Order: sequence, then C-alpha cells, then structure tokens
Amino acid sequence: MTTTVAETGKLPDYDYNIVRQFTIMSVVWGIVGMGVGVLIAAQLAWPALNDIWQPFTHFGRLRPLHTNAVIFAFGGSVLFATSYYVVQRTCQTRLFGGWLIPFTFWGWQLVIVGAAITLPMGLTSTKEYAELEWPLDILIALIWVAYAIVFFGTIVKRRTSHIYVANWFFGAYIITIAFLHIINNLEVPVSAWKSYSLFSGTTDAMIQWWYGHNAVGFFLTAAFLGIMYYFVPKQAGRPVYSYQLSIVHFWALISIYVWAGGHHLHYSALPDWTQSLAMIMSVILLAPSWGGMINGIMTLSGAWHKLRTDPTLRFLVVSLSFYGMSTFEGPMMSIKTVNALSHNTDWTVGHVHSGALGWVAMISIGALYHLVPVLWQRKQMFSVKLINAHFWLATVGTVLYIASMWVNGITQGLMWRAFNADGTLTYSFVESVIASHPGYVVRWLGGAMFLTGMLLMAYNVFRTITDEPEEDEVRHDEHLPAAKSA
Amino acid sequence: MRQIGVVLGALAFLAICWWAFSPKRKKRFEEDAKLPFADEPESIEEDAEKGDSRSGDKDGAKQEQGHEK
Repeated sequence: MTTTVAETGKLPDYDYNIVRQFTIMSVVWGIVGMGVGVLIAAQLAWPALNDIWQPFTHFGRLRPLHTNAVIFAFGGSVLFATSYYVVQRTCQTRLFGGWLIPFTFWGWQLVIVGAAITLPMGLTSTKEYAELEWPLDILIALIWVAYAIVFFGTIVKRRTSHIYVANWFFGAYIITIAFLHIINNLEVPVSAWKSYSLFSGTTDAMIQWWYGHNAVGFFLTAAFLGIMYYFVPKQAGRPVYSYQLSIVHFWALISIYVWAGGHHLHYSALPDWTQSLAMIMSVILLAPSWGGMINGIMTLSGAWHKLRTDPTLRFLVVSLSFYGMSTFEGPMMSIKTVNALSHNTDWTVGHVHSGALGWVAMISIGALYHLVPVLWQRKQMFSVKLINAHFWLATVGTVLYIASMWVNGITQGLMWRAFNADGTLTYSFVESVIASHPGYVVRWLGGAMFLTGMLLMAYNVFRTITDEPEEDEVRHDEHLPAAKSA
Repeated sequence: MRQIGVVLGALAFLAICWWAFSPKRKKRFEEDAKLPFADEPESIEEDAEKGDSRSGDKDGAKQEQGHEK
C-alpha cells in the first residue's frame, strides 16, 4: 500500500548529460569565483595588488565579479545539476523540455561569461548581487522561465504519486527567484549597457533588500536545503529523520523568510515599523532554520560511525553545523542594538562567509562528491584520501575566515563609536583600518586554504572521470539505461 | 487588521502542524520519506526473485564512498 511509487518496473532513461555538464562547470566556476575572492582578500591586505591592471583589477570592480561568480556561477551550476538530478530520480522520469534543457546550460554559461566581461569594465547597475546590466538581466529571465518549464514539466509527468520534499524546496526557489529577479531589475534602459531603476529612494532600497535577502533565503538556503533533503539521506543510507518535520520546516521557512529583508536597512530612512517587523521576522526565522538543521543532522542517528570513514558525509554534516551557526548569528545581528555595532563592519562579511563557505559551498562539495561517481559509473571517487584532505582544508579555512572577521568586525564597531569625554571621536577611521590589517591577512590565508581544497577536488574529479576504471571499480548499483549508453 | 493577520498566521501554522503530525498520516509520510531509495535497482527487484549477489545489502550502504582503498 505504498503511496510513493506508482508503478515499479524498468527504470526510466534518466538524462544525466545535462547533470554532468553542470557538475563539471560547478567545479570550474567554483575555482574561478573563489580565486577572485582570494585575490580581492589579498588586495585588502596588500593594496598595491589593486594596480595589477588598472582600472579592471580594482577592488571595486572585482568584488561584484567575485560575488556573482560564487553565487550564480558556482552556486547556480550546483543547483542546476542537483535539481535536475533529484527531480528525475525522485519523480522516476526523464527530464521534460527538449531543447529547453541545453538552453538552460548554454544560456547560463553565456550569462557568466557576460558577467566576467562587463563587471571588470565597470558596467553595473550598482544593486548588490543584481549588478548585471539590462541585456544580461533579460537573458537570465528567459533562462529562468525555461528552467521552470523543465523542472515543473518533469514534476507533472512524474511516475510517483508523491512529490518528494526536496522538490518542494527546489520549486519554491525557482518560483521565488523568478519574482525577485524580474521585479528588482525593472529598469529603464538609456543605452546598450546603461539603465536606471524604475524605483527611487527608500522604495528602491527596500525592493533591493527584499531581493537581496531572499536571494540568500531562497537561492542560498531553500535550494540548498533541497540538496540536503536528498543527498544527506542518500549518503547516510537512511531516510530523513522526520518527514513530518520537513513539511512544517518547508512552510514555516518560506512564509517567514520573505519578511526579513528590511534588517539590511536598520537606522536608515526606512519607516521604523518596517525595520522592527524585519527584525522580529528575522528572530522568528531561527525556529524553522534550526528545525531543518536538526532534521538533517538527526538523519545520521544510528549511523554516526559512518562519519569516521566517509569524508563526503562529513562535508554534508559539517555544512549543517555551519548552517546552524550562521542562522543563529543572522537573527542575532538583525536585532537593532546588535546591528548598531555590527553594521558596515567585517562582522557582516564574516557572517556571509560562514553561510557561503561553511554551509553553501560545503554542502555543494559533499553533493558533488556523491554525484560524480554515480554520473560516471564509478564505485567511488579516484581518491578518498584527497576528499579527506579537502574536507580539512575547507573546514580550517572557513574557521580562520570567520574568526578573523569576528575580531575585525567587533574591533571596528567599538573603535568607530568610541567617544572622548568632550564628545570628539577617539579614533580616526584610518586607525580602525590599521587595526584590521592582521585580520585581513588571516582571512586571506583562510580563503587560500579553501581554494586549495577546491583545486584538490578538481584533480580528484578529473582523475575519477578520465582514468580507465578497473573491472572492480565500475559501479554496478546504478545500472541505468541512460548511464550505460553514455 | 494587524490582529487578524496574527490570528490567521497562527491558525495556518497550527493547521500545517496538525496536518503533518496527525497519527493517521504517519505511515504515509514514512513511506514518502523512502522515495529517494525507491529507484535503486534493489528496491525495484524487491518483489522479483532474489539471489543476485548485489541485492544482498539493503540498507543503501552501497551509496557510501567512504571505504578506504
């Protein structure tokens, strides 16, 4: 009387080609995006590095390139790969969409190349995480519609009666990002690469941070929770801890996240009640976030011993610990009195990277190490020892990064608001910059370690794919028709 | 307005919790949670004859990559 599998029998001919393409590009764009990150971290520690090739290598031009590359090129490719994989395997049907499927791949690569050219040239709409100018915005919108048709088309033709929870998270992410992207980028073009936002002043700021925070909430959280709900159970070899909790988790998370954007605009011209609402919603958000984290980690109960031998599973579980940490830190920083100290300091940068490196990148890396052997029919990765080395480089790198930014952030916050008895400022701004220098060096070191881990991963993936497998290394448990023909 | 919003929001949350955790749906959700494992060859073959050496391990431990070489 199973409600999940409508019909058993021969497995469908899954489309793994598109998943392989996005998997490879995830690794490539991960290295590019994090490489630019290490460069701009070095520029903050040693400013002479700004002058490599002015004006294109200036920090102000490379910083949006870094954020766009890691979020949309690396994170985006991971999400395309995993969502296309998960939706097929949990709906037990081949991808829907025909030519729209390769269009999402090649279109997305074109957007990334376009970003890598236009951003260093200084062509930007100046909205954070939405810097790309209007021609690229239109292309992204078209790709996103194609993505939605492929994803939801596949769900419509599923062979199972139930839609697995991971697909709910992926679905919410696709729909919400479409809304956010289109509304925040409503702009009036004045020339080929210049436009002005349709909104102005405080309204523009509120819409920008409604977009910006939900890019975090739906792109970097909901979608990666979709990864968690499929890959953690698969890698641990047991179903998720509580499926009921996952349903409450989903509805609570998506209905609360959309209200939190105003906390980016504390003490600004934004109406006070809007700031307070954003603060309260941000604090409430702790509950569904931790519910999801507990659900993921408890999936391992009874299988903890696997963490000793399986570094892929360790990536997935440690990413959940970082998720728990940054979703505790976030609500705390959204409280106005805390924000008065943390705003505009390196604490914010550290918080973002605790989520971006610790949660998003590490769960992605875990999922990719799970995927590569399946997609290329290998029993396991070329070297498990290298996965282990990657795990420690990534973990220590992330800890160095966020610890140095905490120290810097609190130092800056306290120095900026220190007053003398006569009401004058105790420190000039440049004194706080000098105090931050050691932290910048440590941050650069942490980032460089994380990047080194990615290079190990690239080598490991390359060898896994290209080495001729020995007889006993071929994967037999994924004997799928599609995989055979490839 | 504000009070109505709070009441409706709380009701919606409680309704979702009730729907998800009501005992009569427990079994159904336990089945749904197994969906990621439903398309592995061994679960497809479950009803069919056994004896294939690789269907011996049923807990999905094959998915592990963690064995040191």
